[in-house]
Amino acid sequence: MFHVKHFDVVVIGGGHAGAEAAAAAVRMGARTALISMRKDRIGVMSCNPAIGGLGKGHLVREVDALDGIMGLAADAAGIQFRLLNRRKGPAVQGPRTQADRKLYRQAIQVLLARTAGLEIIEGEVVDLIDGPNGSVSGVALLDGTQVTAAAVVLTAGTFLNGIIHVGDQHRSGGREGDVASERLAHKLAGLGLKRGRLKTGTPPRLDGKTIVWEGLDVQPADDEPVMLSFLNKAPQVRQVSCGITHTNERTHDIVRANLGRSAMYGGHIEGVGPRYCPSIEDKVVRFADKTGHQIFLEPEGLDDDTVYPNGISTSLPADVQYEYVRSIKGLENVTILQPGYAIEYDFFDPSALRPTLESTLTGLYFAGQINGTTGYEEAAAQGLVAGANAAAAALGLAPVLFSRTDSYIGVMLDDLISRGVTEPYRMFTSRAEYRLHLRADNADQRMTGLGLAAGLVGEARAKIYTDKMAKIGAANAVLSTQTYSPQELQAAGIGVSRDGAARSLLQVLAFADTHWSQIDQLEPQMLGFDTDTKAQVWRDALYAQYLHREKADADTLRRNEMMRIPVELDFANLPGLSNELAAKLQRRRPSNLSEAERIEGMTPAALLLVLAHCRKANLARAVGQ
Amino acid sequence: MGDTIFALASARGKAGVAVMRLSGPQAHWALAHFCAAPTARQASLRRLVWQGHVLDEALVLVFDAGASFTGEACVELHLHGSLGVIKAVAQALAEMGLRPAEAGEFTRRALENGRLDLAQVEGLADLIDAETEAQRRQALRVLSGAVGKRAEFWRKDLIRAGALVEATIDFADEDVPVDVTPEVLGLIDGLLVDLRREIAGAGVAERVREGFEVAILGAPNSGKSTLLNALAGREAAITSEIAGTTRDVIEVRMDLGGLAVTLLDTAGLRETADPVEQIGVARAVSRARTADLRVFLLDHSDEALLIAPEVGDIVVLGKADLRPGADAISGQTGQGLDKLVAGITAVLAGKAASAGVMTRERHRIAMVRAVEAMESARYQVKGIGGAAELVALDLRRAARALDMLVGRVDTEDLLDEIFASFCIGK
Ligand SMILES: Cc1cc2nc3c(=O)[nH]c(=O)nc-3n(C[C@H](O)[C@H](O)[C@H](O)COP(=O)(O)OP(=O)(O)OC[C@H]3O[C@@H](n4cnc5c(N)ncnc54)[C@H](O)[C@@H]3O)c2cc1C
Repeated sequence: MFHVKHFDVVVIGGGHAGAEAAAAAVRMGARTALISMRKDRIGVMSCNPAIGGLGKGHLVREVDALDGIMGLAADAAGIQFRLLNRRKGPAVQGPRTQADRKLYRQAIQVLLARTAGLEIIEGEVVDLIDGPNGSVSGVALLDGTQVTAAAVVLTAGTFLNGIIHVGDQHRSGGREGDVASERLAHKLAGLGLKRGRLKTGTPPRLDGKTIVWEGLDVQPADDEPVMLSFLNKAPQVRQVSCGITHTNERTHDIVRANLGRSAMYGGHIEGVGPRYCPSIEDKVVRFADKTGHQIFLEPEGLDDDTVYPNGISTSLPADVQYEYVRSIKGLENVTILQPGYAIEYDFFDPSALRPTLESTLTGLYFAGQINGTTGYEEAAAQGLVAGANAAAAALGLAPVLFSRTDSYIGVMLDDLISRGVTEPYRMFTSRAEYRLHLRADNADQRMTGLGLAAGLVGEARAKIYTDKMAKIGAANAVLSTQTYSPQELQAAGIGVSRDGAARSLLQVLAFADTHWSQIDQLEPQMLGFDTDTKAQVWRDALYAQYLHREKADADTLRRNEMMRIPVELDFANLPGLSNELAAKLQRRRPSNLSEAERIEGMTPAALLLVLAHCRKANLARAVGQ
Repeated sequence: MGDTIFALASARGKAGVAVMRLSGPQAHWALAHFCAAPTARQASLRRLVWQGHVLDEALVLVFDAGASFTGEACVELHLHGSLGVIKAVAQALAEMGLRPAEAGEFTRRALENGRLDLAQVEGLADLIDAETEAQRRQALRVLSGAVGKRAEFWRKDLIRAGALVEATIDFADEDVPVDVTPEVLGLIDGLLVDLRREIAGAGVAERVREGFEVAILGAPNSGKSTLLNALAGREAAITSEIAGTTRDVIEVRMDLGGLAVTLLDTAGLRETADPVEQIGVARAVSRARTADLRVFLLDHSDEALLIAPEVGDIVVLGKADLRPGADAISGQTGQGLDKLVAGITAVLAGKAASAGVMTRERHRIAMVRAVEAMESARYQVKGIGGAAELVALDLRRAARALDMLVGRVDTEDLLDEIFASFCIGK
């Protein structure tokens, strides 16, 4: 009755991290198992029905460029595509879509089912199998099944010791409708990993049939929708609009009067919540002088009347939720289908992780919410990293590494590992120092090559990518071969100053008021290129003149990232380091100089000392060879 | 472990004793080629023999790894200070495969081995070099963190401005204040005023550190060299009755009222056909122009020289010994010298009072970069308005530039910068 199965990689959890991890491991060539509590709940969106956004859309594009599945599923389920910051520069534009919950879940399940070499196992993981020297070599399920693997990826989301709070009521749960994962949490607690509690909340779900839509503002989908995946061009299902309404003084009075009954303010929750995703209680308390807060009424699906009111997440008791929701314009007679709630859960200090997302236990990888992040996109991106690296380790391949200078994925990994988290971590474009270079529109140009080298990218995408790059390369060549005098450019209607400087058309493209028609006139060869290629060449050209400013910084950073800190370096015995810093370094074990630099309290003097020792150790190794 | 290096630790040139220092794993091995090694830390006289030839008779000191200046195995050879000996020993060491040290390499190794930390190296360097009271006070101010405090203050404003811009980018969909432009501009403008003022003061601070230059100017034979010698209290310049004796610029460093001052004695200013003297005059004029203060030593009060005094310069009549009673000075008799010194000191002290806390060229460069970046940000904010990501980039560049003040620099560059300013073998 005790089955034993063997795989290269086993992934625990079928959320956004788990799905992407499993798919990535298979693409790398690993025999992979995905174990989740319920097969039919794989790909569930626990909270808001949307994918992408600022920073988040960038992550989705990178996952997609590495041949991941999130972008494909989002496009299949997208019911309201919007490019955020459309009026700002391309570097800070983020693709986003409202997603039909059911369609999204189905799309993920179909994509996984089609993934040859992936076995999906339904069951609850209750234990990890200990391998030699404190490593992990597999998992045990509730029914006694043992699944052994060279590498295990844990993506248990909000489930570990999850507690759901509604007002002063609380109960165990992984999220609404799912049981928490307590036995596994217990096992993990005994492993000596640094653990903490975080919390997050979700708003009540409303019955759209009971909303008075007339008189509310609407936000329609974009006229020219931009997809999440590089492989898609157009929406696959009908597009819908969102409604917009606002809280008012009465809403705030009701919330204020009941603060003591909120799980959070009543002192029932110990976990820390995200500042950038405040509950309605937080908003009313922290921004007391605001008389109204915006709420987006987002449809959860095409054949589903459920509405997600984005902006009023709460942990107030159900009766208070009714009262305050009904004080809002358009919601006077609304029915709540499911009350809002807060959830608190275990997470593990990500600063103990390696850049591969391997934990201090060999063979055990962590991804997603359990690393202290929040959001589907953050989870998916980590899932890809953990899955790919678990597979690489199992198959004896080189690790797949990312840098702050090449991707948002690299930014996120580095932030998590070198700083740890004090509140749920979410991606923003401002986290990326090299924002002009790390754009959503060029994620494939940055990542697909890396993915190809690692073995993460399949043939179909490789072909599309190579064709695209060839076209962009050709267009760039045409635009940069010849230079034009200011007189020639002015004759074509292009506004340049008569400074005598000859310019290539690539340079001219960056000017604010240049039109393609003017360029085409000067260089008729450009007429042969399609609009997508031209648009991409334009975006690259736009920032070319600023990139050198970022580049100097990027080079420094890359140099520091390249300076590996030898694993055997004993910080405790570095003469000249303060005890406090030595202890911190010893605990965090930065794997390169850049990580060490970002450790809180790091001083230039101490960094130099570390650098000096890396140099010595690396030199010794080189000499010894 | 690194390779083994050697360099002369004492001043170059003929001297009674020259100290050759060896550091690295092969230091003791190299010594064994010359002579039998003495006990560690015990000076012993040894005959240094290389390939059958005696190089020198030297005092030899051996230090074990972990108990030396650099932390590595070290040897000191106290040689006879002849250029021939030094050259022969250096050549022998090179033939054994040892490498001549680069500038500051001994200190660098001391740092790498934890014998010194960076704060000690950078901070104390100024204090050690301090020759005057003003330098000492300034160095202490830097050591106490004045630079960091100022930088921190600016960073706060910069971060505020950056945050405002970032908010319009990352929270485009939410209720952020629509127009952050006025506050951003206000912050940038305030910072620009502050930084520009500090940049102006940085030049002076560097002067305090490096010494003010005071040029003595006058016609040939007006007694400039005699004055310089009198002020220096020694024969620094050759004096003679022959006009045009001083052809190059002669520098004398001295402490005037607690300030480090370099006095420059220059060629007498006159039109001349002698090509060598012409060069001297041209040099005198150019050095005088860049000096912090010029002292004009005139023969008669309406004399016009090749360059005219600027505001704040000092003009005196010389050779008081030859014109009794007049309000003049004399290097010969010392008449009026106290008053002149007081005058020079007063002018320089006035300048020194405006010294900022930024004492190094590195600091000034950081501030200039920050100003450039902020000017660019200002231009972007005022311009098209749509380019929030470019404004943000400039504000980040400015913050990074200011980070350099507190030391969050590319560590490699900092290392090289610091160690380049240390002399070989120190
Ligand atoms: C109430 C609530 C509010 C939220 N609010 C926000 C928000 O405001 N903003 C935001 O960005 N994100 C929010 N989220 C978070 C978002 O849902 C997560 O970031 C995202 O789903 C994390 O993905 P994941 O893959 O790490 O975990 P999850 O999506 O939680 O998936 C975990 C998976 O692991 C499985 N699992 C767990 N334990 C076991 C086990 N022992 N054996 C087998 N399978 C197991 C589960 O069945 C599940 O499939 C919220 C989530 C909840 C529940």
